[in-house]
Amino acid sequence: MTTPPLQRTSATFLGMPAFPKAARAALADTQQRRNLAHATATIRAKRAAVVGEVEDWEGLRVAGAAAKDDALHHLAERLEQLEANLTARGATVHWARDAEEANRIVVDLVRDRGAEEVVKVKSMVTQEIELNEALEEAGVSAWETDLAELIVQLGHDRPSHILVPAIHRNRAEIREIFLREMAAVGRPAPADLTDEPARLAEAARLHLREKFLRAKVAISGANFAVADTGTLVVVESEGNGRMCLTLPETLISVVGIEKVVPTFDDLATFLQLLPRSSTGERMNPYTSMWTGVAEGDGPQDVHVVLLDNGRTAALADPDGREALRCIRCSACLNVCPVYERTGGHAYGSVYPGPIGAILNPLLRGTGSDVDASLPYASSLCGACFEACPVRIDIPSLLVRLRSRVVDQSSRRSPEALAMRAAAWTFADHRRFEAAQRAATTGGRLLGGRTVRTVPGLGAWAQARDVPTPPRETFRQWWARTHDDEETT
Amino acid sequence: MTDRHAAREEILARIDAATADIAAGVPREIPPQPRTVSTADLDPELMLEFVGALVDYRARVVVRPPEEVAEAVAEVLAEARSVVVPAGLDRSWLSLLEHVEIREDEALSPAELDTVDAVVTAARVGIASTGTIVLDHAPDQGRRAITLVPDHHVCVIRVEQVVADVPDAVSLLDPTRPLTWISGPSATSDIELNRVEGVHGPRTLDVVIVADED
Repeated sequence: MTTPPLQRTSATFLGMPAFPKAARAALADTQQRRNLAHATATIRAKRAAVVGEVEDWEGLRVAGAAAKDDALHHLAERLEQLEANLTARGATVHWARDAEEANRIVVDLVRDRGAEEVVKVKSMVTQEIELNEALEEAGVSAWETDLAELIVQLGHDRPSHILVPAIHRNRAEIREIFLREMAAVGRPAPADLTDEPARLAEAARLHLREKFLRAKVAISGANFAVADTGTLVVVESEGNGRMCLTLPETLISVVGIEKVVPTFDDLATFLQLLPRSSTGERMNPYTSMWTGVAEGDGPQDVHVVLLDNGRTAALADPDGREALRCIRCSACLNVCPVYERTGGHAYGSVYPGPIGAILNPLLRGTGSDVDASLPYASSLCGACFEACPVRIDIPSLLVRLRSRVVDQSSRRSPEALAMRAAAWTFADHRRFEAAQRAATTGGRLLGGRTVRTVPGLGAWAQARDVPTPPRETFRQWWARTHDDEETT
Repeated sequence: MTDRHAAREEILARIDAATADIAAGVPREIPPQPRTVSTADLDPELMLEFVGALVDYRARVVVRPPEEVAEAVAEVLAEARSVVVPAGLDRSWLSLLEHVEIREDEALSPAELDTVDAVVTAARVGIASTGTIVLDHAPDQGRRAITLVPDHHVCVIRVEQVVADVPDAVSLLDPTRPLTWISGPSATSDIELNRVEGVHGPRTLDVVIVADED
């Protein structure tokens, strides 16, 4: 068996421009930049406060990383254990090699139950496989029930943050979207809706409640899947998760194979790490755990779809596999100076920010423009590693991925040519002096003005001010002021 | 079925190939942390911490001796006209309710639950450091749906059920039961990160802590 297949880039992100190009458009959106700066600063402060309360945060991080590594290093065994426990508890386990297969499994399950609509818990993985689109194609309406996902869905928009998908929208924009879009898909927004967050949340509650009460099928992801018990865990705030996991008759959970944790006890570690890293709370309002079917309580028809979709390709990379520890907390996004300015859309994937910059190239390869540019979407400041609750060394992985991208590109890239020319110049002092003379001539011509474009250094110089070459090199100055001495 | 089997075999084969460089049977570097379970009846500090964390989450908290539970429940339900209770609830807690229709849960539909004002349950365990209450949906707590659909949840928890931290609670729970962890009323921060209480779950959480007065 050769290397496992990569994830196919979905139609939504196919042909997505390289990060710098996509980022330039985002940077010009001052409203979004203001929204993001405010939101990330708020959440950073909250996280710092609650992480500071924990006596041995570093010990927790080490324990979290060890638990995930243990699961990943023995993944086949853990998945078989998970499957056996789920099956013993009355759940049906399905396996999906890629997005298409997962979507087919879910669509067939929904169709077999004669459902025309499903309610959805916020889930990254169902966005990754574009399940909503597959359901719509099959004539099934998929209702997002998380407030931010609802805002994104009603706004015909894409999520821009793992935790707060509508982080790029402010209250006025949200009010507009609700007034304009709700009526078409259910209970309309109240005509006198203001942009107060409490009023907006109330409008969402009323709009979604009728959907919760009549739903026959729900679709969820899972934050954790416990191998030794078969327990799935969903961590949330609003109660929409509980509604979906409790009220319908059928529950289908799509779970990436990297979500496995070895033991139920490991949840003690993760339920300390995740809420504090994610929302900056000691604990999120609601966490649901369920183990297959509970008699007389909640869904009696329970399905779990275990998904690969490029994860085994990431697992095959000895350097990259630690990225699969990610528990999707979004702490790395909130501390990232690049993400804070560009927002999530520029990353060309549902996984934005620093984790996206490593996860996407690992899952999808570095063949496309956007995936090849992502390892460069970073200043390598290291804040993401500090913040990561499972100690993923994102900066080191970025550097390794950069070298992979460079190795891929031809030896005739402008950068490679420039480096070879520089090497040739520096190799001989006569060539070096000649080059310096040429530079100082340029400096005198510029007269101290800043340089922003240099032929052949386009991308590099656009993002930086190139220092004006000096009017005189050190060697020239020495020759001019030390006439009487030996010069060599 | 064969398709499912093929996918399963292929994914497991891919994993085997991907992890071929990892030596089998290497024990885990760090075992899960050991725990000592202490409870709030033995440690007054825990009680203070629990109440503080609950209040931080805008839950309403009262502490009463066992003989005053019914009084406390009646006080917090002063506004309610109907209440749903699980079959295994201690009925003495409801003895002082007046003008309140008490409905015992017999598989009420979500729509029926939507017409009920409040719900009263017991709890399995409380966590002091985070102000969390965990339900394991035993007969005194009832099905998951009854603590979810009504707007107002009254939860009665005994002081000896309150433990220090998350690992203590995890060690007490039965993984085969459905579990619901509750920290304050439902909330969202999705709009400009302003916290708003009462989204889809209950808007109000009343916690009655039962503790002997010293």
